[in-house]
Amino acid sequence: MSEVRDDRQYTETHEWILDNGDGTYTMGVTDHAQALLGDMVFVELPSEGDEASIEDEFCVVESVKAASGVYAPTDLEVVEANEALDDEPELVNTSCYDNGWLVKFKSDAIDGLMDADTYSATLD
Amino acid sequence: MKQTPLYQAHLDAGGKMVDFGGWEMPLNYGSQLEEHNQVRHDAGMFDVSHMTVVDFKGSEAKKFLQILIANDVDKLKTQGKALYSCMLNETGGVVDDLIVYYQNDTDYRMVINAGTTDKDIAWIKTQAQGFKVRVEPKFDLAMIAVQGPNAREKVYQAMNGVEEICGKLKPFNAASVGNLFIARTGYTGEDGFEIMLPEKSAEFTWKMLLEVGVKPCGLGARDTLRLEAGMSLYGAEMNETVSPLAAALTWTVDLSDENRQFVGREALEALKHKGADKTIVGLVLEGKGVIRNHQQVITNLGIGEVTSGSFSPTMGKAIALASVPKGAQGLCEIEMRNKKVSAKIVKPPFVRNGKILV
Repeated sequence: MSEVRDDRQYTETHEWILDNGDGTYTMGVTDHAQALLGDMVFVELPSEGDEASIEDEFCVVESVKAASGVYAPTDLEVVEANEALDDEPELVNTSCYDNGWLVKFKSDAIDGLMDADTYSATLD
Repeated sequence: MKQTPLYQAHLDAGGKMVDFGGWEMPLNYGSQLEEHNQVRHDAGMFDVSHMTVVDFKGSEAKKFLQILIANDVDKLKTQGKALYSCMLNETGGVVDDLIVYYQNDTDYRMVINAGTTDKDIAWIKTQAQGFKVRVEPKFDLAMIAVQGPNAREKVYQAMNGVEEICGKLKPFNAASVGNLFIARTGYTGEDGFEIMLPEKSAEFTWKMLLEVGVKPCGLGARDTLRLEAGMSLYGAEMNETVSPLAAALTWTVDLSDENRQFVGREALEALKHKGADKTIVGLVLEGKGVIRNHQQVITNLGIGEVTSGSFSPTMGKAIALASVPKGAQGLCEIEMRNKKVSAKIVKPPFVRNGKILV
C-alpha cells in the first residue's frame, strides 16, 4: 500500500506539493509513482531562476525502466533544485516525501490539487 | 495468462508480476538494481521455466539439425556439449536463436525462447517432414538459472549429488544428474548453471537455493545483465527480417561444409556476397540520461537505431546495443527526448565476469 501524507496536496499525475507558507512550495513524486517507476538512475532538474508555465515538463525522472516527465502544476519560478539527486537519484525511491524532493518554486495560488484523501481514493 | 510452477514462490518473495509474452513473470522483487548487483557479485536465480525445451530423437536427428540451424551440430562430439545458433527462414532472417545440447547423434536437446515457442514448433515440424526424427517439446520441464561468481558453489551446497557430476563441467557443457539436466550456461555474462528439472521439483529446488543465500532475480535484472554482457535478445537485435550477418552473429553461422544446405543458406550467401550494410555495435552514453529502445543514432556513416537501451548498473552509465551502418565508429549522437546526447561506439561486451571491458 502506497504512503500518502496528510500535510500536502497532490496532482493527478502523481506529484506532491507542500505549501511552505512563505510563498514557496516544495514538489516531488509520490510513493505510488516511485514504486511504479522502479529504481531511479537519473533525475534531470531545472536551475534556480528557471520559469515554467502550467503543464510544462520541467523535470525528468528516469528509472531503469522508463523516463517520466514531471509537469508544472502552475506557472512558477524555480527557487531551488535538489542537487543531492545528481549523485543519489535513489533518494526518490527511498525518501520520496523527504530527502527525495525535486524542486522548490515560487508561485501565486495553485488550483486543482487534491487533498490526501481524494488522492488516496484515486489509487484504489 | 500462463504461470510457471514457481508462480507462488514469486509471490511469496514479493515478486512484481508482469505479462511477458503471455506468461505472468516477476519483473523484480523490489529493486532491479540490487538484483543485478547480486548476480555480478554473488549469486542470483531466475525462473526461466517459460522457455521451452525441445528434444530431437531418431536416426536422422543430426542430419535434420544440420539443415534446421545455421551453426553446424557436427561440431558437437562429446556428450553434453552446447552450441549457440540461429534458426533461419528462407530469406536468411532469424526465426529464433537457441542453444542445442548434444547427447549422441540420435539425441539432441534444444532450448528456444518463450515468446516464439508456438511459431518455432510449427516451423520445426514443417521442416522435419521427410526426416526420421521425433520433435518432442518438453512442456513439463521447469528451468532455473543460477548465475554469479558464487553460483556454482551455492548449487553444490543446495543440491545433493550435483558437485560429483558437475564439479568438472566446462563452460558451455551440460550433464544429467538423475532427472535433472544441468548446463554451465547462462545469459548474464557470469558463471553459473541453468538447471532443467521436472515441474514438481521446481519449488523444492528453489527453496533449497534460497536457503543457501541465492537471491531471486527478475526479468528486469536479467535484461540489464545480458545487455552488459553484450548478448542479443530475440526481437530486439534480430528478428525474421534481420539476418545474423546484420546482427553481429556471423560467428554463429557455419558455411564451411559446402554440402550442408541449411535453411536460409542461399539467401545468406547472397547477402554475404553483397556485403551486409548494417551491424550491431555497443554504445556508451557520455552525457546524462538513459538510452531507450528505438532512439535514433546519428553516426559518421549515417543513421542507426537503438535495439536495446538501458542503464548499466555496473558502469553507472547508460549503454545500448544499436543497429548502425557497418563501419561506423568513434562518437555518435543519440536523439533523446528532443535533444542530442553524445555517445561512444564500442565493441560489446561491456561487462564480463564482473569486469568492465569498455
